[in-house]
Amino acid sequence: MTASRHLAGQLFVLGALLLASLAAIGVVVGISVGIGDLPIPLATTLSAVTNRLGWTTAELNRIHETVIWDYRLSRALVAAFCGAGLALSGAILQSLLRNPLAEPYVLGISAGASTGAVAIVILGVGSGVLSLSAGAFAGAFAAFLFVALLSNGTRGGADRTILAGVAASQLFNAATSYIVTTSGNAQQARDVMFWLLGSFGGVRWPEFTLVSVIVGLGLIACLFYARVLDAFAFGDEAAAALGVNVGGARAALFALTAMMTATIVSMVGSIGFVGLVVPHAARFVVGPLHSRLLPACAIAGAIFMVMADIASRILIPKQVLPIGVVTALVGVPFFSVILYRIQRPS
Amino acid sequence: MSIRTDNLIWRIGRKTILDGVTFQVKPNAMLGLLGPNGSGKTSLLRLLAGLKQPHSGHVMLDRTDLKSISRRDIARRVAFVEQHAATNSNLRVVDVVKLGRFPHRSMFSGWTPDDQQAIEYALERVGMEDKRTERWQSLSGGEKQRAHIARALAQSPKELLLDEPTNHLDVQHQIGLLRLIASLPVTSVIALHDLNHAAMFCDELIVLSQGRIVAAGTPEDVLTEPLLKDVFRIESRVETSPYHGRPHIHYLR
Repeated sequence: MTASRHLAGQLFVLGALLLASLAAIGVVVGISVGIGDLPIPLATTLSAVTNRLGWTTAELNRIHETVIWDYRLSRALVAAFCGAGLALSGAILQSLLRNPLAEPYVLGISAGASTGAVAIVILGVGSGVLSLSAGAFAGAFAAFLFVALLSNGTRGGADRTILAGVAASQLFNAATSYIVTTSGNAQQARDVMFWLLGSFGGVRWPEFTLVSVIVGLGLIACLFYARVLDAFAFGDEAAAALGVNVGGARAALFALTAMMTATIVSMVGSIGFVGLVVPHAARFVVGPLHSRLLPACAIAGAIFMVMADIASRILIPKQVLPIGVVTALVGVPFFSVILYRIQRPS
Repeated sequence: MSIRTDNLIWRIGRKTILDGVTFQVKPNAMLGLLGPNGSGKTSLLRLLAGLKQPHSGHVMLDRTDLKSISRRDIARRVAFVEQHAATNSNLRVVDVVKLGRFPHRSMFSGWTPDDQQAIEYALERVGMEDKRTERWQSLSGGEKQRAHIARALAQSPKELLLDEPTNHLDVQHQIGLLRLIASLPVTSVIALHDLNHAAMFCDELIVLSQGRIVAAGTPEDVLTEPLLKDVFRIESRVETSPYHGRPHIHYLR
């Protein structure tokens, strides 16, 4: 009796938290849509969305509606999903590799994506057939395979995977720099560098569809693995002794993070720091159990990224900063506070 | 028989770590695993836990070869307490003990009354009920070790494997832990360094040296002056303790 009432109470709290966080994401997305050369009030954005869903028939300014639907809403939503995906990937890798410094880019995935992108843009490899995004995606997966092979498939330990990731990053970064510096075209090089630092500038509804499906499925798959990730707390061997199929779980979870990261990097460039800082912040608030940590990361990552996108547009008037610059500028002070407040492990 | 091994051979590269190890443990007995550093105690425990596969020979659980049992099914009856099981995540004690229920739960099943009963029993058994909400990083070495044993007990094992569980503990906690393990209704195999502790608490002993079993039997049979000189290179006198009736070893310089 008390147990079932307790459970019902927990479900109620859980539902309330979920609703509150979705509302919070909605509000920051609304604010993000409202900010720009043409300011749009939050109420107008809300009406535009409910109109489109067929719930209301409010009279709206056509220009407002176009700006909301064709530019800003898709951009804000893509930012939210990218933030969620990067934070989730970071949380998984930190648990799996048992390293607080792990983040999606530790596996060299963003470096691989960059090499793929410059190979297409500057060298013209397969251009016409492959877009910049497709090249980045291919590069990201090449880097993932490189790390998988170098760390001896899934049998190598966490340290080996990290070392292989560092090697892959170095290799692919060197390849990118080599291609950029030896190419004669300075403007192209500048464009690529800008893309590498991350931008939500070009994203529209097709990008939204792709990233929402990948990150959405990724989140569901991660939640299935929440208990397995908990079992990794004391290392691979301890997980195996608890009955985890360590090789299979590692392979599945690495592939999942590679998939999410490659999709995101190929779409908006490499945005650092979100995958590192958000999981630590979330762990600080909800604790280390993954059934709570993973949803918290997705929500916090989404909010953080949308806010970073807002900051990138308003910090300097008439100019958009690369999003990677903003996440680091906002993230480092924030991270310092957490680092300072976390109790030192004995 | 509970655990039985048959001519186990295990190598790392070209180095033979275990060389023809054959023994058996009676149900509910406490078997002490002795031997110098590098004699193969940890490796043997890993093979018994099914974490590594022997190059030849068999580990049998009752009458079944460990090789033919799935990881999860092994974890439902064999629990392993590692020597260096550290974490940087700040779990609560109760969360760590709950990990022991992992092999008993499917991906979708909720937390059942059986699970709750198992962790309550485990926490009570190691005397950690009132520490359940404490964070891992705030525990002392002895408390961490007891929490690990509670996690192992939460697996509801028939066999408990422990790799030098008394390392880094003060003498009070060493004795307390060994008394706890001896009182558990499970078959246990425990690697130990302290020969007097092994003599006091274990029902049977095995002495490993360079991957081979050089002595096996009751503490009285195994702990003899010639063997201690042979295996551990120490001069000693062994006498029957007037206090607990088990062998007691005096080290002579």
